Amino acid sequence: MKKLISIILIFAISIAGLSFATRLLEPKYMSGILEGAMIAEYYEDPTDHNVVFIGDCELYENISPVYLWENFGINSYIRGSAQQLIWQSYYLAEETIKTEKPDMIVFNVLSMKYNEPQNEAYNRMTLDGMKWSKSKIDSINASMTEEENFIEYVFPLLRYHSRWSDLSSEDFKYLYHRDKVSFNGYYMRVDVKAAEDVPEGRPLADYQFGDNAYYYLNKLTELCKENDVELVLVKAPTLYPYWYDEWEQQIVDFAEENDLTYINFLKAQDEIGLDWSKDTYDGGLHLNLAGAEKLSQYFGEILSEDMGVPDRRNEENLQKYWADVINRYEAEIARQEANLEKYGSVHEPE
Amino acid sequence: MLFTSYGFIGFLIIVFTIYYLLPGKFQWQFLLLASYVFYFIADPRYLIFIAITSVSTFFAAKHISDKKKSFEDWFKEHKKEYEKEERKSLKAKEHSYEKKVFLACLLFNLGILAVTKYTNFTIANINSILASLGRADTISFVDLIIPMGISFYTFQSMGYLIDVYNGKHEAQENLFKFALFVSFFPQLVQGPISRYGDLSKTLYEEHRFNFRTVSFGLERILWGFFKKLVIADRILVAVQAIIADTDTYSGFYAFAGAMFYALELYADFTGGIDITIGVAETMGIKVTENFIRPYFSKNIKEYWNRWHITMGTWFTDYIFYPISANQFMMKLSKKSRAALGNNLGKRVPVYLSSFIVWFTTGIWHGASWNFIVWGLGNFVVIMISQELEPFYRWFHSKVHVAGTFGWRLFQVVRTVLIMSSLRMFDCYRDVPLTFKMFGSIFTEFSLNQLNGAAFIGMGLTGLDYAVVFIGMLMLVMVSLVQRTGSVREKISTLALPIRFIIWYGLFIFTLVFGAYGIGYSASQFIYNQF
Repeated sequence: MKKLISIILIFAISIAGLSFATRLLEPKYMSGILEGAMIAEYYEDPTDHNVVFIGDCELYENISPVYLWENFGINSYIRGSAQQLIWQSYYLAEETIKTEKPDMIVFNVLSMKYNEPQNEAYNRMTLDGMKWSKSKIDSINASMTEEENFIEYVFPLLRYHSRWSDLSSEDFKYLYHRDKVSFNGYYMRVDVKAAEDVPEGRPLADYQFGDNAYYYLNKLTELCKENDVELVLVKAPTLYPYWYDEWEQQIVDFAEENDLTYINFLKAQDEIGLDWSKDTYDGGLHLNLAGAEKLSQYFGEILSEDMGVPDRRNEENLQKYWADVINRYEAEIARQEANLEKYGSVHEPE
Repeated sequence: MLFTSYGFIGFLIIVFTIYYLLPGKFQWQFLLLASYVFYFIADPRYLIFIAITSVSTFFAAKHISDKKKSFEDWFKEHKKEYEKEERKSLKAKEHSYEKKVFLACLLFNLGILAVTKYTNFTIANINSILASLGRADTISFVDLIIPMGISFYTFQSMGYLIDVYNGKHEAQENLFKFALFVSFFPQLVQGPISRYGDLSKTLYEEHRFNFRTVSFGLERILWGFFKKLVIADRILVAVQAIIADTDTYSGFYAFAGAMFYALELYADFTGGIDITIGVAETMGIKVTENFIRPYFSKNIKEYWNRWHITMGTWFTDYIFYPISANQFMMKLSKKSRAALGNNLGKRVPVYLSSFIVWFTTGIWHGASWNFIVWGLGNFVVIMISQELEPFYRWFHSKVHVAGTFGWRLFQVVRTVLIMSSLRMFDCYRDVPLTFKMFGSIFTEFSLNQLNGAAFIGMGLTGLDYAVVFIGMLMLVMVSLVQRTGSVREKISTLALPIRFIIWYGLFIFTLVFGAYGIGYSASQFIYNQF
């Protein structure tokens, strides 16, 4: 009996020690690069969404779900992450549909330009936050670069052990909890850096999207059709990375062939009312809050008027949920504006 | 498959599980299969080479052994029928036949080693000679594969062949058992060079799961991983920086580089051997020890009795003694004694034999001049220290320091410094550059070089150096404790919570502070290349 207790104790302490080391050493993404924390936040939202946006920074920095809720009563979420590749979007969509059944999935098509795994750091920011499921396993297998090993996703300590020399107070503070960094997936910036001298796209040797990218776009289309979820393709209105006419045509053709709605917001900049001297915080790569709210107004009208996404502002549980999000949203606006005034930057000095 | 790769750990788990699930009589067959799979994963083409060596050596040794046995049986029965001279002639005839088979197999296998490993080195030297003679024509290099661990398994096989030829033991009757002896996967990559008489004692036995044996094996593996990942692969960054920029890192930095390399090589090689021995131990197989705290040696001769022991004894038993005792050396001894007097003349054959041994030791390590000069450097140091023996005796008769702690410490430090200096040939891989950098230690040494910023510039942070230093202290502590017996045995007598803290602590320390994964380039074990 004593031996059995010893074995159980040894086993428990070993697991607890490894778990503690993992929690301590894994990146928290609570300051600086916040994008790494966004995918995991989705699981804390208990509501059922009518619209789920899935894609890269062209969604999570350009659309404000808070604005969509306040002005159209649309209950939406952005499952966005930095340089989210199309197969990652597909598996996030697959997981989302298993978790809830949104009326619509909106996918940003910029990631069609990537046909193969790109960058380990971005992979981790998308994949680490996902809960373990078949979708996560498939997404890891589809995303890994040559330097990566599956086991490092299973045991993140094997990947992040080298952070021992970079540990900060943040790592101890967020050992067992995280603050929310996004607003239903929206990454907010209120500052302004005007778009000037945006370069034209360099000629490419080949404009054809890759087979692998098409494979997952087809899978995404099939997945949505099979589950009776409307798939809407969008191209965000941001000026850079450059969106080539040849790419545009391929998406137009695909949407036609598959009977999908495709909206290129680049072509609607005037109707949206974007002012590139005021509505971007990084010279045209991403919209700031002002720009995101303009785009949200434009898209919200389409979603509610043309596509019939319902107004749910009369639902009590949603009112409660959104009241919290709106409070945080406004507090963050106030914080960033105060910082801007005080330090000339939305960030506090380190 | 690197020992420190996830692939190898996964491979080990599978092999270990199946090994203990199988009935005992199938365990060695399974190990053979696992060893060939291990080799196949490295490169399927390697299998051809190891199979050829295994088959040729097996049949040659078996033929020699069978012939020996049948001749002895026949001779016992018939020796009375022959006169003394006839008996002698019969024996000589028999021996001559065995020798032919033995030499054919020996030359064939050493030929494979020579061709695969030394062809391009030979071509490069011929081209240099041609160039120095003003000839523009050169011989093209050939694209040959060098099978992983060929130096180790060839030497191991030839050791077996020599032992059978010398009648030390009978040949193995089963080809597959012999193939396992040659290819046993834990020691295939970097040794040790096991003797058949040692390894075969436990290699083919049935082994039932024994908690103590398995846990001892795992502890040894963990210790090996600690040495390799925490110490060797971390300090490697600074060593590479020093070697890569000789203009910046001369003088004291060259000295620091030699010291860092001494630490890296020790942690790397002994760590690899710890993993090898530990893996074998988890399966109940005993592999010969290859190191006995070599950096505590008081002279070079002692050092070579404690460092890479199986290689040293291989060269001594299979090259030094046979050469020293052959007819040519006997004649040379006579002639040199006659010409130079007894005192000096008797040294000529010994020194010549030593020269050959160290030359071959050098070239065994690699097909380049830096290894040859390194080998000969060892020869020179050992010869000088032998020649200085009378001086030492005189010194100790005048100054009574022998046996004191201070003197012993001086001897240990001196040995480490000499060996580290010689290893600079291995470090820089260029003979003139090595001499230049060694010279710079004395000519360009400056106190200004003793600043931390320069060492941080080598790619390691202060915290990295702290980890290496703590790791080194742990090595020293363990070595000190080892002098009075096995550390694992001692730990096993402690209370369970203490044992758990020690081993779990080492595990977590290695896991966290090891230099592995993304951000670190997977580094080969240094001895893999030999």
